[in-house]
Amino acid sequence: MAQPAEGDPRRNLHAEGGATRDLHAEHQILNMGPSHPATHGTVKFLIELDGETIVDLDVQVGYLHRGFEKECESGSWYQCIPYTDRLNYNSAILCNLGFCMTVEKLLELETPERCQWIRVLAGELSRLGDHLTRCGAACLELQAMTPFLYGIEARELVWDLQEMLCGARVTSNYVRIGGLRHDLPEGFSRAARPLLTKVRELLADFDGVVTRNRIFVDRLRDTGVLSKEDCLRYAVTGPVLRAAGVPLDLRKDEPYLIYDQLDFDVPIGTVGDNYDRYLVCVEEMQQSLRIVDQCLVRLDAMGPGPVDVQDPRVRWPAKASVFNRMEEMIQQFKSVTEGPKVPAGEAYLGIESANGELGFYLVSDGSERPVKVRCRPPSFINLAPLPLMVRGAMLADLIPTFDFVNMIGGECDR
Amino acid sequence: MSDRGTALLGHLRDAHGEAVLDSHQRLGDVTACIRPEALLPVMGFLRDEPGLAFEMLMDLTAVDHLGSEPRFELVYHLYSLSQGQRLRIKARVGEAQPELASLTGLWASADWMEREVFDLYGIRFEGHPDLRRILLYEEFEGHPLRKDYPKTGRQPLIGPRN
Repeated sequence: MAQPAEGDPRRNLHAEGGATRDLHAEHQILNMGPSHPATHGTVKFLIELDGETIVDLDVQVGYLHRGFEKECESGSWYQCIPYTDRLNYNSAILCNLGFCMTVEKLLELETPERCQWIRVLAGELSRLGDHLTRCGAACLELQAMTPFLYGIEARELVWDLQEMLCGARVTSNYVRIGGLRHDLPEGFSRAARPLLTKVRELLADFDGVVTRNRIFVDRLRDTGVLSKEDCLRYAVTGPVLRAAGVPLDLRKDEPYLIYDQLDFDVPIGTVGDNYDRYLVCVEEMQQSLRIVDQCLVRLDAMGPGPVDVQDPRVRWPAKASVFNRMEEMIQQFKSVTEGPKVPAGEAYLGIESANGELGFYLVSDGSERPVKVRCRPPSFINLAPLPLMVRGAMLADLIPTFDFVNMIGGECDR
Repeated sequence: MSDRGTALLGHLRDAHGEAVLDSHQRLGDVTACIRPEALLPVMGFLRDEPGLAFEMLMDLTAVDHLGSEPRFELVYHLYSLSQGQRLRIKARVGEAQPELASLTGLWASADWMEREVFDLYGIRFEGHPDLRRILLYEEFEGHPLRKDYPKTGRQPLIGPRN
């Protein structure tokens, strides 16, 4: 049979694969988002479809861009901390921590031991909340309501603990340069233990309905595969990289705070598909609970102690001396109105956040305002290879793949 | 100063001595400042040399030193998974022609990172396959992270696309 002429609509039917391969002969462009019920996060996909198969994908981000870096560069070092809450609002404390630890690196400060244990405790609670959201929301978007509710109930319990720490469920604003907003409240570990037991029960329930569920496994296995080599080319970190079999976890590889004194494992996957990502996240939640337990035991045994460095550059003097002594009064006034002056220089520090390497690159000219506050957002960088993961897959596979990349709009778009 | 950092910088100077303007280790961060025209060969060397093997371009950003020339400083953070080593590479480009070679041929992660720097600082990357704005919209005027862009800057209203 002769090939139809150029411009003839039947021409596509005779393209590679033959006339009967597929009825949908022409590619269709589909706009998905920026606000779509099956995605959590504000992002737009421009999808080129051949029937239901994804031929190409353009990911358009930026809908939540609000000038994080510009805002930080126009305030004092302390005024940046609440902005970091709004980066990844699922694990705000980890974002606080990343920023404050980088400023401490510039100031060459070492925080007290008690502070470091509380930071690890708070950070792991945050990670737990983040993974619960990711796994729960992934189930919801795959039309499974029940496990989502288990996940969210557990997350609420974790956020109750976070509320005890800092008075807020989500926007923590908890970590300070050289210390913490508060020490642990009275009776924290007594209140935490039954809640953590309940979280473990909920995780077991979650596991029972999801992990071996035929529908769930079929939707996840062999979808969204990203190989180890591609992960490295795209600088992908976190659970997505570990699911591809690379045991990179900054808590182990470049231990900060007191992570080298803790006993925990780094789970890895083998294939790098969505199911591996799910399994890695579930195991990481168990490991976070293990770390939280160790922190509670250690903090109980340690007894009270300072949580702030004794450094007048960053921490305020005690209230009693502010009200009664001239020097401390002046120091308090200067600290509040000007904020700390950070020595000139630059520093980069990456910590292991729930999504991967959360890095801050800070430049100071020695004044009370940062010259540059760069956040290396794991969500943004992990989202870049999404077209590679779903090209050639069904449209429906985009949903779980996007879920397990766990793009958080606040952090991706800054 | 760590011995590994000194060895790393020595290795880089041996191979590309004429390209390295300055190198130092401060606060535990190993840094080399290089000539912008030597960016591609230096980065290719750092990625492919077996003893260095920087497989990951972790981060790319820019700093605006308004008032000094060259005005913009590009800051690359590399990570070697096999060596467990980090390295910061800096290169400065002038205000008149803020342009630098694209690293998309070496690391795929450079694609979005370079688009972001182009979007927010207006620095162009020669050889980038698809250099367009990423966080802001096409009609945005100016580059907001430049120090001379006012924080309260207003943008003209744009109508619907279609």
